[in-house]
Amino acid sequence: MLGKLTWAAIPFDQPIPLLAGAVVLVAILAVLVWVVVKGHLPYLWHEWITSVDHKRIGVMYVLLASVMLLRGFSDALMMRAQQAVAFHSPGFLPPEHYNQIFSAHGTIMIFFVAMPFVIGLMNLVVPLQLGVRDVAFPTLNSVGFWLTATGALLVNVSLVVGEFARTGWLPYPPLSEMTYSPGVGVDYYLWSLEISGVGTLVAGVNLVTTVLKIRTKGMNYLRMPMFCWTTLASNLLIIAAFPILTATLAMLILDRYLGFHFFTNEAGGNMMMFMNLIWAWGHPEVYILVLPAFGIFSEVVSTFSGKPLFGYRSMVLATMAICILSFMVWLHHFFTMGAGADVNAIFGIASMIIAVPTGVKIYNWLFTMYGGRIRFDTPMLWSIGFMVTFILGGLTGVLLAVPPADFLLHNSLFLIAHFHNVIIGGVLFGAFAGYTYWFPKAFGFKLHEGLGKAAFWFWLVGFYVAFFPLYAVGFLGMTRRMQHYDVPEWRPWLMAASVGAVLILIGIIFQIAQLVVSIRDREELRDHTGDPWDGRSLEWATSSPPPVFNFAVLPDVSGEDAYWAQKVRAKQEASAEEPHYEAIEMPRNSPTGFVCAFFATITGFALIWHIWWMVIAGLIGAFATFVVFAWRDHDEYEIPAEEVARIDQANISERRDMISAAGSV
Amino acid sequence: MSVTTMTPDLHQAQGLEVTDNPGPAPKRIVTGYGFWIFILSDMVMFSCFFAAFAVLSGETAGGPHGAELFNLKNVAIETGCLLLSSFTCGMASIAADLRNRFWFQVAMAVTCALGLAFLWIEFHEFADLVARGAGPSRSAFLSAFFTLVGCHGLHVSAGVLWLLTMMAQVFAKGFRADIQRRILCFALFWHALDIIWVAVFSVVYLLGSGA
Repeated sequence: MLGKLTWAAIPFDQPIPLLAGAVVLVAILAVLVWVVVKGHLPYLWHEWITSVDHKRIGVMYVLLASVMLLRGFSDALMMRAQQAVAFHSPGFLPPEHYNQIFSAHGTIMIFFVAMPFVIGLMNLVVPLQLGVRDVAFPTLNSVGFWLTATGALLVNVSLVVGEFARTGWLPYPPLSEMTYSPGVGVDYYLWSLEISGVGTLVAGVNLVTTVLKIRTKGMNYLRMPMFCWTTLASNLLIIAAFPILTATLAMLILDRYLGFHFFTNEAGGNMMMFMNLIWAWGHPEVYILVLPAFGIFSEVVSTFSGKPLFGYRSMVLATMAICILSFMVWLHHFFTMGAGADVNAIFGIASMIIAVPTGVKIYNWLFTMYGGRIRFDTPMLWSIGFMVTFILGGLTGVLLAVPPADFLLHNSLFLIAHFHNVIIGGVLFGAFAGYTYWFPKAFGFKLHEGLGKAAFWFWLVGFYVAFFPLYAVGFLGMTRRMQHYDVPEWRPWLMAASVGAVLILIGIIFQIAQLVVSIRDREELRDHTGDPWDGRSLEWATSSPPPVFNFAVLPDVSGEDAYWAQKVRAKQEASAEEPHYEAIEMPRNSPTGFVCAFFATITGFALIWHIWWMVIAGLIGAFATFVVFAWRDHDEYEIPAEEVARIDQANISERRDMISAAGSV
Repeated sequence: MSVTTMTPDLHQAQGLEVTDNPGPAPKRIVTGYGFWIFILSDMVMFSCFFAAFAVLSGETAGGPHGAELFNLKNVAIETGCLLLSSFTCGMASIAADLRNRFWFQVAMAVTCALGLAFLWIEFHEFADLVARGAGPSRSAFLSAFFTLVGCHGLHVSAGVLWLLTMMAQVFAKGFRADIQRRILCFALFWHALDIIWVAVFSVVYLLGSGA
């Protein structure tokens, strides 16, 4: 009846996951009760859960990423604490639990923190920057978000029902095969990533189509803000790379469920094929994450330097070059696994070549700042912190790209330090810069500056204290994923690293405080004009938060930095003619995404536990959802011209006040 | 301040020819374009299974080779069914453009019948192989074979389900604009499956029988 699922799946003997699970469960229940009792449920359902508005979906993506960041960071704290105490001692985490923690930490941080964070920001900002009213496929967008949430949910369910994979964030066979991992842990990993992978692919198709086909009048390719270019590059990579992940994990699923022999030791299986396939996805994935961050830094550096981006066209070229090169270097993830000197040399050189376009970008940012009037607001601090940190991480990456060096350093904590150096210093700092930069656009008020700066400094210093010792301990020969050790030389470095983790924790606490204080003081922090940073691209041309239709009249663009040009013109011509308002058609909200994800969750859970009747029920439910959606008669509603005029005039008068106030100074 | 009024384009002033982006594309273009991109991603997925097949095609682990297993006569009939169904699917698209319900339903029904015939033959091929002890768990070669061909078969099954849904939609709602767009996507999907089958036919069956 319930497949492999029995009471034995609940880890009653392990207090840590059980307690953590209980706390989370109580928190979720408390929030739910609060929502229902306060009567917020209809609002949440109509305005958020069923919303197909790209801005709301973007916000929900970022919210998901933030919550999962707390989960992934708790795992990190536990690992740091374990390694700090596990010298000549078993520490407080038993090996099988420790292995689940590092696997879950990596999986969560990549798939459910970094990915939803950047996809959320792209969703929120790109249609606004392109000067249009929506993405290409609004309902599909909601489906994509909710499928991602399904994946995140399944990973977290594994905390209390069953177990998570003990195989690392990429489940290398033959360890991940049924013979060596007979539990449900790897199945949780596989199905949650298959489901959220579909969600990511959907987001990729949607954003590529949006950038290529839905741009306002005059928004030619070479007038698009840099963030739109990096979004395009990143989503092209999603379309080319995520199907590889889906196919590879499907092969492992077939091995585990139906006794196939893709990667097994017996019957001709080839485990090296897994390494090749998974990294043919995995290396582009790195750029899927970091390219949008590069776009964010381009926007921030240009805005806070008060100058157009230096070398815009070279930046576009560098972005697309990285997009293509990222598919040519996957083998550097397993130099030591027998490819031979010639192949290693080619991939080593290809890897070093990627440093060239990346260097172009760094110089462009520096020259954008040169001669500018730099304002050191929080987003700019994150950007400068990124530049310094990322260069260091990039350099250690170039070092690892030298095969002989890699033979010494691979699988050591030096590698761990390197990729945290680029992912935290690149992706996460970018995500935080974008979060602070676009928060007023999403919600209509700025985040508290002082607390934001405090968070930045604790994160920055904490990062260096936490990860630079790992470079050293890597040189001392410490391999990754050690549950305990007995080398006294490692200990001081690991103690220092755990201090760094605590500093980062303080940074996160400041970020939470910043959010709470900013919501409390939102009236003082209100962004009246919609342009709080003196911005340059079109997202600042509309109010904060923007109306559901984004722009009352679609802007007409005649150059780069479209909104900056408008502002310059508006100061020269005191008053422009009245815009002509027309009724606007917008897509109707739809529960399709949520219902579809509900059935996906059921199907995924049933597949993990081999509950076959439930699998069939879930699939039928998902198909029925799409048929019901297809049968809808009215998928759009109209906002009358008077309503559009009323909303737009309110914002225009606020802006007039700003311009005249600025003129009188 | 208005966002509608604009000074002439700088490039135009300089006498350079720049065609400005005319604004968001119409829905039919957007939908078709997006679906093309999806098909592209599907092709990437298939190419992984093709790559796996290429790597593992010699790994028979002492079991049967392709030449001992494949019945090219059956495969020829399968290919005939699928290519013919692409023709009738094209007929259905023409009928949809002409808004002719009768011929649309007839052409879709024939497409469906041909698709089902293909699936029926494939199912029997699979069942026969398993009965002869050449199931997917026999060797890595057979794992890759069943996965590649089976993945195509799953796509055809999903296509048949989609086809029936489209017939029902046209029956119940007629040729509404959004239904027309879905017919366009369905036709793209069905033809793409043909292209993949041509590759399966050549790489798996023809090369496999020769080896």
